[in-house]
Amino acid sequence: MTGQVLNIGYVPLVDCAPLVIARELGFAAEEGLSLSLMPQPSWSALRDMLVLGHLDAAQMLSPMPVAMSMGLGGLSAQVDALMVLAVNGTVFGVSRALAARMRDRGAVFGDVSAVASALAPEARVRIGVPFPYSMHRLLLDYFLERAPALQGAAIEVVTVPPRRMADAMERGELDALWVGEPWGSDAVLRGVAELWLPGQAIWAFSPEKVLAMRHDRIQAAPGTTRALMRAVYHACRWLDAPRNKPLAIEILARSEHLDLSDQTIDPAITGRLTPAQGASPVEVPQFQLFHRHTANFPWRSQANWIAERLGADAEARALARASFRSDLYREVLGPLGADLPGASEKIEGAMRHATAVASTKGHMILGPDAFFDGETFDPTPES
Amino acid sequence: MQNSLCILVVEADADKARQIIDALCEAGMTDVHALAHPGGLERAIKQISPDIVLIDLANPDRDTLEHLSLVSDPKARAVAMFVDQTDDELTRAALNAGVSAYVVDGLKMNRIKPVLETAIARFQLMRQMQSELDAAKRALHDRKTIDRAKGILMRQRGCSEEEAYGLLRKTAMDQGRKVIDVAQALVTAADLLS
Repeated sequence: MTGQVLNIGYVPLVDCAPLVIARELGFAAEEGLSLSLMPQPSWSALRDMLVLGHLDAAQMLSPMPVAMSMGLGGLSAQVDALMVLAVNGTVFGVSRALAARMRDRGAVFGDVSAVASALAPEARVRIGVPFPYSMHRLLLDYFLERAPALQGAAIEVVTVPPRRMADAMERGELDALWVGEPWGSDAVLRGVAELWLPGQAIWAFSPEKVLAMRHDRIQAAPGTTRALMRAVYHACRWLDAPRNKPLAIEILARSEHLDLSDQTIDPAITGRLTPAQGASPVEVPQFQLFHRHTANFPWRSQANWIAERLGADAEARALARASFRSDLYREVLGPLGADLPGASEKIEGAMRHATAVASTKGHMILGPDAFFDGETFDPTPES
Repeated sequence: MQNSLCILVVEADADKARQIIDALCEAGMTDVHALAHPGGLERAIKQISPDIVLIDLANPDRDTLEHLSLVSDPKARAVAMFVDQTDDELTRAALNAGVSAYVVDGLKMNRIKPVLETAIARFQLMRQMQSELDAAKRALHDRKTIDRAKGILMRQRGCSEEEAYGLLRKTAMDQGRKVIDVAQALVTAADLLS
């Protein structure tokens, strides 16, 4: 294999697919790149390796670059999000014992208020999330804060690596989990958990993972950065074509990637979730988007929402917005035919349905992006 | 060296844990604990109340420690990843050696340094031994694969062992591949066809 070698860090999850596909199907090679995909044991290890320069780029939880721009948590550096790798794709599930009690109290898959009411009477619920600065955590916090039934509920949030969540639940250390696929479906297949909510029940269009690079490296290697963005963009577009899904599942299942059965990976890619062992699959619209609805565009309003949820002040929010490189996205992917929205910020949560908006090509279909409580987030900076 | 720091080593492999503890004890640190089970991390930190937590960079439980650094309970002691702006090299050296250190309640730099330096040295040694072990295992595995490939060629083509190896080598050179890769491909194909 020839081409410039790039060390790319990732955590084995279905949404590392754009990086795997970029390499396996030659999108990277076409750009003169050879991607060396390096699985990382934890998000903190991935962050440290990126900061120290052992990794050239990485798949990151969307709140990580924002948290780093705010100087939160461990090693810090200016890290930018070049594009969004995946929108949505997480699930909320509970142990089977808790699921049985919740069913008796009227919980229904996907129904946020019914799930909240069924959860509320529990004396103590320990919920696992994969990382403090993750969309999982932010969605969970939003759910706990805004669902009227859960006010004052005895909830404890703990951090457990995704691959270990089902084990922790089996040992009785967790009552519930909020995790990225395939680990939710894996827990269901193992008979450990039942799923109640897909992540987008809370926010219909949340940036889940981003392609991240150190800011100074982007400056120093503009050509490489652009080539990487193009390769990953092509891979994302390939992934969202329905006819490619069976091959995508087959490639991801391979031992050098996720090393899991096709059956475990299928729900995230096809959007057909099986909430409990023996239950029939449920069709979840836009369960995980790799490309459709302008999923790859790094909206500055998304970064702004994350920053606000992490408690940023106006100055920190400006830094967070700047870390989502919609400017670079326009410059690099516009010439490739990527549809570009007229603005780089939108009112988050304003679209209950898919909506046509103005774009470089005349119109593009966005959303829906509603929050479960019907609130909107207006990014217009005050002051 | 007088050192009353309490150190918690998070390591599931009992052998590795003992090596790290031994190294720290040799360096004069007496209050050293080990934790093998990942689930009990938060409880252990409350009970043992360590000043420093050492954890392998490759251990996925690191993310749980990151979470503990955000605990807002005023009674809980703050845990922070050890990052020293005045001595960036030490942080870098630690991470390069594969050890991450979490410091509880802002200890003074001069008290952390000897602990970290000892841990770095031991982690480097362990890593080196591990990679030598891995290399030895891999060499043995490669040997077995090449022997099987030679066996297949000898049976199929009725040639000698020497000729079989010569054929593998020539094919590898012609295709710009390693002998082991050609042998592996042959063994896989033979398994599929048998």
